Amino acid sequence: MSEIAARMDDAASSSFAVRRPLVSERQVAGLLIAALCVLLVVIIALPLWSLLSKSVQNTAGDFVGLANFWTYASTPTLVASLRNSVFVAGMATAITVPLAFLYAYALTRSRMPLKGLFTAAALLPIFAPSLLSGLSLIYIFGNQGILKHWMMGAKLYGPIGIIGAEALYTFPHALLILTTALALSDGRLREAAEALGTSRARIFRTITLPGARYGLISAVFVVFTLVITDFGIPKVIGGQYSVLATDAYRQVVGQQNFPMGAVVGIILLVPAVLAFLIDRRTQKRQSALLSARAVPYEPKPDAARDYGLLAFCLLVAGAIVATYGVAAWGSFVTYWPYNLKLTLNNYDFAAVEPTGWDGYFNSLKLAGLTAVIGSVVIFCGAYLIEKVKAFPGLRGFAHFLAMLPMAVPGLVLGLGYVFFFNASWNPLSVFYGTLTVLVINSIAHFFTVAHITALTSLKQLDHEFEAVSASLKVPFWTTFRRVTAPICMPAILDIAVYLFVNAMTTVSAVIFLYGADTKLASISIVHMDEAGAVASAAAMATVIMATAIGVKILHVVLDRFVFSRLQSWRRR
Amino acid sequence: MTASQPIASPFLRVRGLNKSFGAFRALKDIDLEVARGEFVCFLGPSGCGKTTLLRAIAGLDPQDSGTIEIAGRDVSQAPPSQRDFGIVFQSYALFPNLTVAKNVGYGLVNRSRPRAEIAARVTELLEMVGLPDQGQKFPGQLSGGQQQRVALARALATSPGLLLLDEPLSALDAKVRIHLRAQIRDLQQRLGVTTIMVTHDQEEALAMADRIVVMNHGVIEQIGGPTEIYGAPDTPFVADFVGHMTFLDAVVTGPKTVRVGALDFVVADDAGAAVGSQVRLAMRPETVRARMVDEAAPNRFEARIGELSFLGSFCRATLEPTGSSGVRISADFPANEMRDLEIVEGQLRAVSFPPEALRVFAPSAPGAAS
Ligand SMILES: Nc1ncnc2c1ncn2[C@@H]1O[C@H](COP(=O)(O)OP(=O)(O)O)[C@@H](O)[C@H]1O
Ligand SMILES: [Mg+2]
Repeated sequence: MSEIAARMDDAASSSFAVRRPLVSERQVAGLLIAALCVLLVVIIALPLWSLLSKSVQNTAGDFVGLANFWTYASTPTLVASLRNSVFVAGMATAITVPLAFLYAYALTRSRMPLKGLFTAAALLPIFAPSLLSGLSLIYIFGNQGILKHWMMGAKLYGPIGIIGAEALYTFPHALLILTTALALSDGRLREAAEALGTSRARIFRTITLPGARYGLISAVFVVFTLVITDFGIPKVIGGQYSVLATDAYRQVVGQQNFPMGAVVGIILLVPAVLAFLIDRRTQKRQSALLSARAVPYEPKPDAARDYGLLAFCLLVAGAIVATYGVAAWGSFVTYWPYNLKLTLNNYDFAAVEPTGWDGYFNSLKLAGLTAVIGSVVIFCGAYLIEKVKAFPGLRGFAHFLAMLPMAVPGLVLGLGYVFFFNASWNPLSVFYGTLTVLVINSIAHFFTVAHITALTSLKQLDHEFEAVSASLKVPFWTTFRRVTAPICMPAILDIAVYLFVNAMTTVSAVIFLYGADTKLASISIVHMDEAGAVASAAAMATVIMATAIGVKILHVVLDRFVFSRLQSWRRR
Repeated sequence: MTASQPIASPFLRVRGLNKSFGAFRALKDIDLEVARGEFVCFLGPSGCGKTTLLRAIAGLDPQDSGTIEIAGRDVSQAPPSQRDFGIVFQSYALFPNLTVAKNVGYGLVNRSRPRAEIAARVTELLEMVGLPDQGQKFPGQLSGGQQQRVALARALATSPGLLLLDEPLSALDAKVRIHLRAQIRDLQQRLGVTTIMVTHDQEEALAMADRIVVMNHGVIEQIGGPTEIYGAPDTPFVADFVGHMTFLDAVVTGPKTVRVGALDFVVADDAGAAVGSQVRLAMRPETVRARMVDEAAPNRFEARIGELSFLGSFCRATLEPTGSSGVRISADFPANEMRDLEIVEGQLRAVSFPPEALRVFAPSAPGAAS
């Protein structure tokens, strides 16, 4: 044996001997996966189970079968809400999806200038609580609206207002789905068709539309679900027009009729579950549609098309920015619309709302904790599910639970939390009304999207990192710390920002859960609006929006200038 | 299927290994022994179970049944971290966010050794694989061949008793591949580390291995040295997979004689096939002789030179023996022979088939179905 070989044998026998671990990797992995399953059961499965079981009990807690559903079906006012909900959701979908499709088409299939700006403008509603669009419409078309005459006597408070505000609020959600769908389709098909001299209308009908078909279906269901389960907008602009979401609120918070609240929750679950199932199927088809060698479409300049689409986008983006801008402007105005002198009086929340600015700070705390704890828990959970080989059954179960919240609207999850964390038998009920339960609820509410983001980034890593570590006798948690988490840092930050923005703006789930000391900004908006302090409500919504946008901008800046330096290995 | 000659005290011993994915049996009753310091190649077409076997040996995807012993210790149920091996994957799986030096030292840092000692070992390893000054670069800044060598250094860092290589060269250009073949082989010889390499490239296996394990459909077809595998394939599958081979349907007409159409061949070994039985006669193209074929040469036939394809240093011809329509035999003629003998398409000329270069496969031979 050569000298090196001799030295290597030497090294193996003495100096580089491995420290024997106290517990085996398998035991640690098993423990962590079991802990993840328990956590997901407590924060997702049990609340949903409480909702389901509550719906088949009477107020005294006895089992009554489907009696509550029967009561619901035979109460005309409740059935009317169902009809109203379906009507506004259908109308908003019919308005939003075609507009968003054309907008997405402009962003992906034209050489229109300023695409980045148009994307940012269209995403604006994501950074505000949904009800801000309702408040804006009140400023513009309401009783004291600056453009009230445009309504030609029609009443804003009711279906018209709800539909308009929902269309604005859901626009970015539809847009994101449709841009992805359009960006994915194969450019070579179009180029081939163009080379054959196929007319533009025919290309649109035979290639573009079928290619985006699944995206369209998905967008329709997502928008419909968002609208039918949204609570904020109908609350501020619905007037006497009752819908399912406001009914659930009234039944639970107003009348303490938990079983009837549960029934409404289950009705709301139906479109959401449908949307979820269709979305999953759609994604499978969509990826099948895109062959591995598909190339992205590079649109050629075409003045007529580009300027036409530019005009359209200017109109839509202008409408969005103007609406949200008016609300922000209105929040600084002394007395809308009669005294437009600017003032900060509306930001003195204590004057109209006992909790004053506390709500905002509670929201910041909630969003911060949700972002930090949520991104850690969700990313580690996704790692265990995707990268650890042991216990496939448990991992599959955890993944199923992690995907579930996508099918559960916030309002429904909130109801489930009320029933679960309020139950006298539950030792966890000590948390009811505390920030803890709000954080847990927010993490559960937004779990799925964050989980998918984490999985996607983990799947892009080499599948053999864990195998290599095992061969080098390095435990998986060391590789997680030194390799996996650092490489996935951009995705982890995306998750944190996503959780922060959503925890900051959400109303629907937390409206049932806050306590005296934990009232959130988004809830005080509802209360200030109820009390007639629309300007202060708009002011609080503006503060939330500014915070969310600020965090997003911070994310972009940090990403570009700080984290890119830590990621220097990405450069060739 | 040949049982390999028993090895006195094998470093690796695999017994009755089985592995299924659902209803699909990826490995069927694998028996294998590897001697200490040996370089063994698993060779076979894509999907035949080479990687599955390698990963079972490593403990990464445990077998359903069967035993694995490494250095006399039964590790059948042991997790990978308690088996003594280093591994290089086809993708290399280098950690992109760590420098080359940190990649190589990755398995050393959790072993409570002084930093300086680890650094010295890393330097030594990088020198060993011929990358002395690349320690501070990131893997993304290296070429494919350099990355491959970093992965090799990382796998060898902890001085494992067994080195496992899963298609380590298949992602590289032909030139680099041939260069690295020699380097890996040389390193293996110097370190004396027992090595198993998976490949689907027969040339690579022939060039590098002490012994080759030819696999097909989850079974081992043959184990043997390169010359044995090439010169005396046990099964038609091995004959066909390793190198090029012409197969002809034949009938045994007597001891050591078979007939193909109207042609009578004398063979050195008739595989014990009974007279009158159907067999397959196999011959390598490069064993066909065209130069100095005298009248008395055994197996001398007249054949028309059919299609000729130029393959660089030699030409592959399709021979059509006269009087036997439908019989086609591939023959390779070196470029100088082509020139000297003025071989051209359509020509009629005498060729001969040395009996010792002909192989007879009885149809009952295992693997004959392929
Ligand atoms: N995880 C798996 N699940 C199902 N089938 C698998 C899996 N891994 C390998 N196989 C199948 O087992 C067979 C052998 O695979 P593999 O060992 O990777 O072949 P190769 O010889 O190319 O390395 C293939 O048919 C492959 O499709
Ligand atoms: Mg393989």
